[in-house]
Amino acid sequence: MTARRWVGWGLVAAVPLAFLGLFFVLPTGTLIARGFSTGGSLDLSGFGEVFSRPRTWRIVGLTFLQAALGTVFAVGLGIPGAYVLYRRRFRGQWLARALVTVPFVLPTVVVGVAFRSLLAEGGPLGALHLDGTLAAIVAALVFFNYSVVVRTVGGFWAHLDPRAEQAARVLGAPPWRAFLSVTLPALVPAITAAASIVFLFCATAFGIVLILGGIRFGTIETEIWIQTTQFLNLRAASVLSVVQLVVVGAVLGVSGAARRRRERALHLTAVDAARERLGRADWAPAVVTGLVGAVLIALPMLSLVLRSLQTSHGWSLQNYANLATTGGRGVLTGTVWAALGNSVRTAVLATAIAVVVGALVALVVSRRPHSRSGRRAIETLDAVFMLPLGVSAVTVGFGFLIALHRPLGLDIDLRTWWGLVPVAQAVVAVPLVVRSLLPVLRAIEPRLRQAAAVLGASPWRVFVAVDLPMVRRALGLAIGFAFAVSLGEFGATSFLVRPDRPTLPIVIYRLIGRPGAENLGMALAASVVLAALTAAVMMLAERWRPASAMGEL
Amino acid sequence: MARRLASLAAVAALALTLSACTSGGQAKPSSTGGASGSISAGARGTVVLVTHDSFVISDALIAEFTSKTGYTLEQHAPGDVGVLVNQLVLTKDAPIGDVTFGIDNTFASRAVSNGVLAAYRSPAEGTSAAKFDLDSSNNLTPIDYGDVCVNVDHGWFSAKGIPEPVTLADLAKPAYKDLLAVENPATSSPGLAFLLATVSAFGADGWQGYWSQLKTNGVKIDAGWTDAYTVDFSGSSGKGSRPLVVSYASSPPDEVPAGGTTAPTGALLDTCFRQVEYAGVLAGAKNPAGAQAFIDFMLGDSFQAALPSAMYVYPVSSSVKVPDTWATFAPIPSSPFSMDPAQIDKNRDGWIQKWTDTVIG
Repeated sequence: MTARRWVGWGLVAAVPLAFLGLFFVLPTGTLIARGFSTGGSLDLSGFGEVFSRPRTWRIVGLTFLQAALGTVFAVGLGIPGAYVLYRRRFRGQWLARALVTVPFVLPTVVVGVAFRSLLAEGGPLGALHLDGTLAAIVAALVFFNYSVVVRTVGGFWAHLDPRAEQAARVLGAPPWRAFLSVTLPALVPAITAAASIVFLFCATAFGIVLILGGIRFGTIETEIWIQTTQFLNLRAASVLSVVQLVVVGAVLGVSGAARRRRERALHLTAVDAARERLGRADWAPAVVTGLVGAVLIALPMLSLVLRSLQTSHGWSLQNYANLATTGGRGVLTGTVWAALGNSVRTAVLATAIAVVVGALVALVVSRRPHSRSGRRAIETLDAVFMLPLGVSAVTVGFGFLIALHRPLGLDIDLRTWWGLVPVAQAVVAVPLVVRSLLPVLRAIEPRLRQAAAVLGASPWRVFVAVDLPMVRRALGLAIGFAFAVSLGEFGATSFLVRPDRPTLPIVIYRLIGRPGAENLGMALAASVVLAALTAAVMMLAERWRPASAMGEL
Repeated sequence: MARRLASLAAVAALALTLSACTSGGQAKPSSTGGASGSISAGARGTVVLVTHDSFVISDALIAEFTSKTGYTLEQHAPGDVGVLVNQLVLTKDAPIGDVTFGIDNTFASRAVSNGVLAAYRSPAEGTSAAKFDLDSSNNLTPIDYGDVCVNVDHGWFSAKGIPEPVTLADLAKPAYKDLLAVENPATSSPGLAFLLATVSAFGADGWQGYWSQLKTNGVKIDAGWTDAYTVDFSGSSGKGSRPLVVSYASSPPDEVPAGGTTAPTGALLDTCFRQVEYAGVLAGAKNPAGAQAFIDFMLGDSFQAALPSAMYVYPVSSSVKVPDTWATFAPIPSSPFSMDPAQIDKNRDGWIQKWTDTVIG
């Protein structure tokens, strides 16, 4: 019985492992290994070389500093946001939920230009002298990652049984006390999941750090990019990639430990817990969330929308009309709408891959084996699938190009395969799918599953009858996130995409890299279209519920 | 137990790669189907082009190439010119393509010395093109050229009543304090070209001193062309605060409003660095004959004539006419700075390092 169950779970784990092995570990490992070999023999002298430079230490320090600040602010501001958007209800909430996700997919170069236009000397906020400062970088990082916290924590919070907190209140605890001693501890698994994702996103932020910080705020990621693409110094790049992996490992270790201390089965409700209207007692989180929404999220987006409506002849929709063309003087091969079609097709494929792979990982990782080695294996599996968030897109992109020619000795060449684009995007989306599903799956009372099994349900029936109903909302969230990641992905896509079939971010990048008001206007209009599409997808994902087997239990 | 799991994983991996393989095979014909209608389309197989992300070729030109030669064109563009060259170096034992376009004189030596290219002398290369030859080895064929120059916002200077700067040395004068935005040479191709212009102008001993003066004079360093030109430059639609920016000699025509007769911006022709872009047959190409045919095509009149509008560069062939707006608003500098590509390749990393120490500190 036990052996058979093990084989079953092994099978479930094998598919995602093969996927990650071929499309992440093999390419990345090959490129890093190339940096450590000279004439076929192992050469680790790069470590001494890289670590003897004071710049390296400064860069490692800065990477930690900006990632830590970005995470602290995103989490600190995101928890009230999760409360307001997912634990209370108010008119227009669905729209607010969709809008906070939009920054997540905007191309970094567009956000960089939008932020700098506000902050630069002579800009509307130029008097604050924030251009080129750490504060500007951190603000942009929070702008991008706020929704990760709001959605991950909010999706979990919505399911939390409110009765424990209500009991505390009845027993006389003031609201803040009830929150701190009852609700917050219950939220820890979701908060650590969100914080670890945000930290990894911030630590590997690339374009935004370059544009807003200049060379002074270089990070490990920007340094890997420069060493690999400009200097072809793979020795240094490989050392820095190893440093990146160590950082990722440390972050995952810390967050895993924090989570394990707190984690236990919670009272989750399959349907959303009844949400009260946002009321006067909620003024503190409501004000914080309103300010964040207005200043940090809405202001940059509004300036983007306004600029997309400006032409040299005043206000008009001309930039949007131009999306049906190939740009001023034909700088594009196809129209922007054609690129949007490519993006959507790619994103559908990438989302399908990411959700299947991510759901399998989450299912396996949510088991609680009795043996020590079993638990160890599951913790490792959990961490391994987070790695793609912490590794440079340049490393993965170049890795694809050198490792996927005759991979594993097979006589095939995957390097120019069209499917690499959705696959690469899925690799980045899988961790988000896993993190969206896992806190919910883990919090399901194991006795429910045991009861179903005792009553004679097969493992599949147990999954359909117990896990699936609980995980429905999280699944919608995961699909939305995966779709958004795919729509916005630029780093790996830029290495792999065919120039005659570009995705929307690639086209935006191309337009904004050309002189002329028409091209800039089109780039901004295309960004607004990307934002609107994302918001629409997120609204659908919010409302989507897979057919439920609940009634049969 | 463990062995069983391992073999399961192997089977799954195999299944994934096999399905990957078959769908890749199916995708190929449809992806190059843009040139349908011609009977000979694809009759002689596919030419795979590896280029940079600024390369543009219209569907009409692809169709013309196919009907003239019988080859279909498949394109790959892994990134900017640095990514392109490094990618070619890393995959030289098994190149992903047959022909490359876009290696410029700042990266040419790295490509040639790593043995990425196979020699080819195109019969289509006329005398006007041959002036741009890298060397006599015929590894690279010149296709186009352009100049990186400081651009100036005419309106800003006339409104202030200050004469516009003319030379590189002028830019360091107090009259032009806080007016110039440049790109970081470590992250930007025009930034590197401008650094090379200053090295050729002031010599190996003098350029760092010049940059110290620029720094004192309030030069703004941006990561890339986009934020320098779009955010900081006052002459672009971004309406920034600085009237001087490092851009291209070909940028001004695009700032001329439709029907306009004067350009609001211009290039300072004594501050320019010449960039030449080359094409080459890749060593180990599966289809060398097709690669050669594409290089011949790029030197032909139709492709050369399309270069200014599609890629903002000048054709090397003198037998095609550049657009009228270019003749008026984008004059070619008569004596731009230039440098031996071998010297660039040898010193680039060191110069960027020294530049960083001088300017960023």
